[in-house]
Amino acid sequence: MIENKADVIIVGGGVMGTSTAFFLRQRGLSVILLERDLLGQAASNASFGNVRRQGRFLPQLALAHRSRALWGELNTLLGADVEFMPSGHIRVAFDEIQAAKAEQYARDAAPYGLDLELMRGNAMRDRFPFLSPKALMASYSPTDGHANPRLTSPAFGHAARRDGARIVENAEVLGITRDGEGFVVETKGSGSFRAPMVQVSAGAWGRALSAAMGEDVPLEAASPQMGVTEPMPYRIEPVMGVATDRIEDVMYARQVKRGNIVFGGGRRGAADLVTKRATLDPMSTLRQMSHLSGLLPPAAKLRIIRTWGGVEGYLRDDLPVMGTSGKVPGLFYAFGFSGHGFQLAPGVGATMAELMATGSPGVPIEPFSIKRFL
Amino acid sequence: MAVIVIGAGPAGTRAAERLVKDGIRPVVIDESERQGGQIYRRQPDNFRRPPSALYGSEAGKAVALHRDFEALRPQIDYRPNTLAWGVRPGTLLTVSGDSVEEVAYDQMIIASGATDRIMPFPGWTVPGVFSLGAAQIALKAQACAIGSAPVFLGTGPLLYLVAWQYLKAGVAVQGILDTSSFRQRVFALKQLAARPRTLIQGMRYLADLKRARVRVETGIVPLRVDAKDGRVAGIAWRDRSGREQLTHADALGMGYGLRSETQLADLLKCDFSFDARARQWLPTVDMDGRSSVRGVYLAGDGALVRGADAAELAGVLAACAALADAGRAVPGHEMQALRDKLVPMSRFRNGLEAGFPWPSALAATIPDETMVCRCEGVTAGDIRHAAKGLDAPELNRAKSLMRPGMGRCQGRMCGLAAAEILAAARGVSVEAVGRLRGAAPVKPLPITARLPDSVA
Repeated sequence: MIENKADVIIVGGGVMGTSTAFFLRQRGLSVILLERDLLGQAASNASFGNVRRQGRFLPQLALAHRSRALWGELNTLLGADVEFMPSGHIRVAFDEIQAAKAEQYARDAAPYGLDLELMRGNAMRDRFPFLSPKALMASYSPTDGHANPRLTSPAFGHAARRDGARIVENAEVLGITRDGEGFVVETKGSGSFRAPMVQVSAGAWGRALSAAMGEDVPLEAASPQMGVTEPMPYRIEPVMGVATDRIEDVMYARQVKRGNIVFGGGRRGAADLVTKRATLDPMSTLRQMSHLSGLLPPAAKLRIIRTWGGVEGYLRDDLPVMGTSGKVPGLFYAFGFSGHGFQLAPGVGATMAELMATGSPGVPIEPFSIKRFL
Repeated sequence: MAVIVIGAGPAGTRAAERLVKDGIRPVVIDESERQGGQIYRRQPDNFRRPPSALYGSEAGKAVALHRDFEALRPQIDYRPNTLAWGVRPGTLLTVSGDSVEEVAYDQMIIASGATDRIMPFPGWTVPGVFSLGAAQIALKAQACAIGSAPVFLGTGPLLYLVAWQYLKAGVAVQGILDTSSFRQRVFALKQLAARPRTLIQGMRYLADLKRARVRVETGIVPLRVDAKDGRVAGIAWRDRSGREQLTHADALGMGYGLRSETQLADLLKCDFSFDARARQWLPTVDMDGRSSVRGVYLAGDGALVRGADAAELAGVLAACAALADAGRAVPGHEMQALRDKLVPMSRFRNGLEAGFPWPSALAATIPDETMVCRCEGVTAGDIRHAAKGLDAPELNRAKSLMRPGMGRCQGRMCGLAAAEILAAARGVSVEAVGRLRGAAPVKPLPITARLPDSVA
C-alpha cells in the first residue's frame, strides 16, 4: 500500500503548484501534489509566456528578481528546455502622457533594483526597427524575456517527480479538513492524503478552497484572449507591450524562435469554473489584429493561425493571494495571480518552499497576504 | 428566420434549395470561387471542356447541381470566396479577402465537406507528392496534371477515380498502389452491393484502367518516396508477397479515404462521438442531421463521408429538419423518403470503410525521423517522445508539448496520423487519445482583415 502521507500536500498542479513541489524537494521536504486534470492545463497553459519585470507593482519586484534569477538556471535545474530567452522586454509609449508615466516608473523602479533604459527617436528606431513609426518611446528592460508556458509546468512537475515528489494527476480534491495531527485531503477516486502542511495553488478554483477554510476572497475567473500568427523569419527579440491605461488598447506580443508571433491583450472573456471552459471571443481577435499591426507593421503581412483562452483567477486588486493562511496554521496559499503569474512562478515556488521549510519567505510577500481581505 | 448554409457542394446546394422552396432566403457561404464543392468543382469561366470530360459518369449530376444552383441564385445570398472562420452565440464570422462580416443566424446547416486522410511515410513531403484531392483539383479546375508519369497510392474509391480521370486526360499513369487487400474488398462486397450501380461503375473504372495496362496492386505497404534532384523519382513499396518493389514516377497522388471537416461544429461546441469504422471523432448527429446544439445541423461528407449522392439527400433532409424545428410544416413522408434512401448509402459507406480501410497499423511502422506535422516540423519520433518520455496521455497534451497540429493547418493534415502514432506508442486505442480541440480561425485569417465599420 502506498503511504498517503507527506510533509506537504499541494492542491493544484499549475505552474505555481509544480514549482513549489520542485523547490520543496530541493529543501528535502516530502511532497504530494494533487492535480484535478493534467499538470498545467488551465491558466498555466493559456499564459502568454512573459518573463517581464517592468511595469509590475513595485513591492513585487523583489519576488520577481528572485524569479528572474531562477529562470536563468531553470533548464539546468529541471533538466528540460523551457525555451527561456532573456531577449529583453520593451514597453512602448505612443503619446507623451504614457511616455511620462514610463519615465516615472523607471525612476521609481530603480531603487528596487530594476534598471530600465528609455529610448526615443533614432536611438529607439535603430535598436527596434520593426516598431511602428508612431511609437514615441520605448522603455527597455534588457534582461527580461519570455519562455514557453506549455512546457514549463510539465517540466517542473516531471523534475519534482524525478526528485521524489509524488504527483497525482486526475485527482480532484473534494475537501480539506484539519484534525489534531494535521490536514486530511480527500480526492475523487484517488483516496485521501495526510500532511501537516497544505498549499492551495488551484488558480481560479483557489477561491472555493480558501472560502471553505473560512477565508473567502474577491476573486473572479476570466479568460485571456490569446492568438498566434504563422511564422516569419525570426528577428524580433524583445517581448513588446503597449503602454496604455485603457484595457481595450492593451496589446502584448512576442516572436518565438520558430518565427510565430504570440499575442494577447484587451478585454478579457468569460471563464466558467464548472465547465472549465474559457470563452475566446473572435471580436477580441479582430481588435487585436488591428492593434498588432499598429504596434508591429511587419506583422500585417501575416495570418492568424490559432487563438485560445484559459481559466484565470483575478483578485479585485489584481494582486495574488500568497503566503500563510490568516486563520488556519499549516495552511498556505499561492493562487489568483491575476494574469501576471508566469514570470513569478519559479520565485513563488522557491519562496513558498522556503516559507514552509523555515517559517520565513526570504523575500517580502506581505502585500499578497490573504489577510488583506479578512 | 435567418439560416446560414456553410458550403455549396452537393449537400449545401440541396439544403439551400429546400429552404428556398419554403420561402427562406439563406446565406450560402462558399470557400470556393464557384459553386459545386470538391466533387463537382467547376472549371474557370474561360475553360471549355465538356462536363463528360470533367465528371465522367457523374456528368449528369454535376450539370444538374450547377444548373439548379444557378436557378437559385436570385433567391439566396450567395457569398463565394468566403471563409467561415469563427462563431459567437447566434453570429457567424466570415472573411472574404480582407473583409470580415458578422452574419446573424437562427439556424446553421454545415455542409463543409471532407479532405484527404493522409498517412505519412518517408519522403511524403518531397515536392511532387500531392493529396488525391489536390491531384483532382489540378485536373478539374486548372486542366493540369501533377506529373506526366504519376503513381497513385493509398486506398478508397477516390484512388481509382483519380487514376481513371488522369488516364482519361491522357496522362501515363504508372500504377495504382492500394494498401487494402482484395480479400477485404470481398468481405465488404455484401455491404457494397447496397448500391449496385455505384459498385458497377467502380468496376468499370477498374476495367478501363486494366485495359489501359495500368498496374494495379493491392495489399501493398508503402515504403518511401525516392527523390532525385529534390523531386519525386519513384515509389518504393512492398508487395503482398513481401518483396520490395520500386515504381518510377515523377509525381505521387496519395490519400486513404476522406476525413470530415468538423472545425465549425467544434467551435459551436457540438458533441462529438468516436466512429469506430472510420477511427475518427465525428459530430454527433441524429438521422436527420441535428447536432447536439440547438439550431445547428450537419449534412454531407462534413458529417459522415457517404459521398455526393448521399450528400444531396442529407442536405435536403437537414433543411427539412431545420424547417420542422422552426415550426414549419414539413411533410412527414418527405423526410421519411429521404431517410429511407439514405439507408443503403450508409450501408455502402460501411462497406467502403471495411473494403478500403484506413491503414491505421502503418502508423506504428513510420520511422522516427519521418515528418508527420509539416507545419511545425514534428516527426513521428517526436510524437513517440511525447507519448513515452513526456508521458502525454492524449493528443492535446502531445500537441502542447511537441507541437503536432499546432501550425497553419491545425492538424487537418496530420491529426489523424498523429493520433494513431500516439495511441500505438502508448499501447492504447486511438479513441483513448482523443481528438485535437478546434479553435478559431478555422483556417488562417489575414491580420489585415477588418469589419467594415472598423478603422484600419
